[in-house]
Amino acid sequence: MSLAATAATATAAAERGFLSPTGVEITFVLVGLVTLGAAMVTVTTRQLVHAALWLVMALGGLAVEYLLLTAEFIAWVQVLIYIGSVVVLLLFGLMLTKAPIGRSPDADSGNRPVALAVALAAAAALVWVVVDAFRTTWIGLDGPAQGSTEVSGRFLFRNWVLPFEALSVLLLAALVGAIALSRKNGGAAKNGGAAKVDRTAKVDSAADEDSGTPGASGKEQR
Amino acid sequence: MNDVLDVALRLVVVFAVFLVLPLVVGQTEHKVMAHMQGRLGPMHAGGFHGWAQLIADGVKFVQKEDVVPADADRRIFQLAPAVALLPYLLVLVVIPVGPGEGAVGQVVDAGIFFVLAVMGVGVLGSLMAGWASANKFSLLGGLRTAAQLLAYELPMLLAAASVAMAAGTVSLPGILDAFEWWWLPWQIVGALVFFVAGLAELQRPPFDMPVADSEIIFGAYTEYTGLRFALFLLAEYAGIVILCALTTVLFLGGWHGPFGADGLGWVWTLLKVAVLAFAVIWLRVSYPRLREDQLQRLAWTVLIPLALAQIALTGIVKVAID
Repeated sequence: MSLAATAATATAAAERGFLSPTGVEITFVLVGLVTLGAAMVTVTTRQLVHAALWLVMALGGLAVEYLLLTAEFIAWVQVLIYIGSVVVLLLFGLMLTKAPIGRSPDADSGNRPVALAVALAAAAALVWVVVDAFRTTWIGLDGPAQGSTEVSGRFLFRNWVLPFEALSVLLLAALVGAIALSRKNGGAAKNGGAAKVDRTAKVDSAADEDSGTPGASGKEQR
Repeated sequence: MNDVLDVALRLVVVFAVFLVLPLVVGQTEHKVMAHMQGRLGPMHAGGFHGWAQLIADGVKFVQKEDVVPADADRRIFQLAPAVALLPYLLVLVVIPVGPGEGAVGQVVDAGIFFVLAVMGVGVLGSLMAGWASANKFSLLGGLRTAAQLLAYELPMLLAAASVAMAAGTVSLPGILDAFEWWWLPWQIVGALVFFVAGLAELQRPPFDMPVADSEIIFGAYTEYTGLRFALFLLAEYAGIVILCALTTVLFLGGWHGPFGADGLGWVWTLLKVAVLAFAVIWLRVSYPRLREDQLQRLAWTVLIPLALAQIALTGIVKVAID
């Protein structure tokens, strides 16, 4: 196994040198640098909405990298899900909380070093896994596309059906969980709302302290 | 060299279509709305029935001062119209107007996904505009846009997925090659869901809550003037063209027609697009605006179940045929 791998590495290295990159490879590296830069700005900028928009840039760069690796389907799904939905959800949240224009001084967290350590560890693990898995595998750009929708679908539903289904169940569980949580909150919101009203009433007329129903004040104490 | 010339020529043609068709739809809207309301509409610019009205409007917009509010986030404010408009140009490249390689800007393997993904990016423009304007009406408009998009993206995707299942491919020319006339009744529910969700995504009446003029002035675009405002308007009309073209390609058989499909396929495509665009205008004139809760209820309790039912039907018929 390792012999074969070494032999393959040797032939690959002999066939394609790392020192004479093709246009696609140069583009890949450049787009990668842009993506990395955008990601760095995302986590360092003090302006919340700018961070979300730089995230769009980073995710878009990633989609371009998928395209360059001939994984067309994955690239468009990346754009559709991450830019079209996740970032829109993010922006929706930021707008709902009225993110200020300009710097947010309180947007910084004291967990910076920890976050950096976690990020570096995750990056190291991912890079190691990817390098170990693919080593010097080359994608031929001249033949039929290796990442087309048809090929991806065949792979997914022939070789990886079980993980796919497991993931579906996981997502379904998350979905049901989200609904259950929001429903529970919906039921509690009535009591909570009553408690809140009760509290405001107390602020309004401090003397009138016994105005709340026993249930509501019990809720408040909890 | 020939390849480069070919690509350049295709891009020029797509760009020309992109500039002309939205204006045609806009002018049609002027005239159709006017006649439905017992008016004449623009009659002076250009002489014959005011055909040059939108060109005159464009000249007017260019001459206006480009104002950026003092508190606004300048760069995002100025970038937003481009983000709103460019995706539609990209989508137009992959829409086939006739049979064969020659009638599409560029064949994309995962065409449906490309189209829906890129159209989703366009909405970021409205969100950027809404947030960066430093105006409460703009912010409300942006919020409504985001809420609407989140609700209507799913039924649109599901309806498109139904067609992809029927055709066994996600490439737009591939879907047209597989099209049979009986797909029309088979996929009609999906077609309606797709068209309605698309209208909502474009914020066209009756789904124009995000730009409801009687409540929040013009939503996310309130602070815009001059050319940037015109770009947003152009994005809306380009969106109408794209939506109608997509509905045509996915559900109405594109260049297929009762006769003359070989040479005159593009005429059928344009005809169907024109009829759909007329329906879009008609809805604006005749249908009242949906309230925000009605909007959300329509998406989550009507369109998504219908789209899921359509997918189930597609699956059953597909398995029965095979």
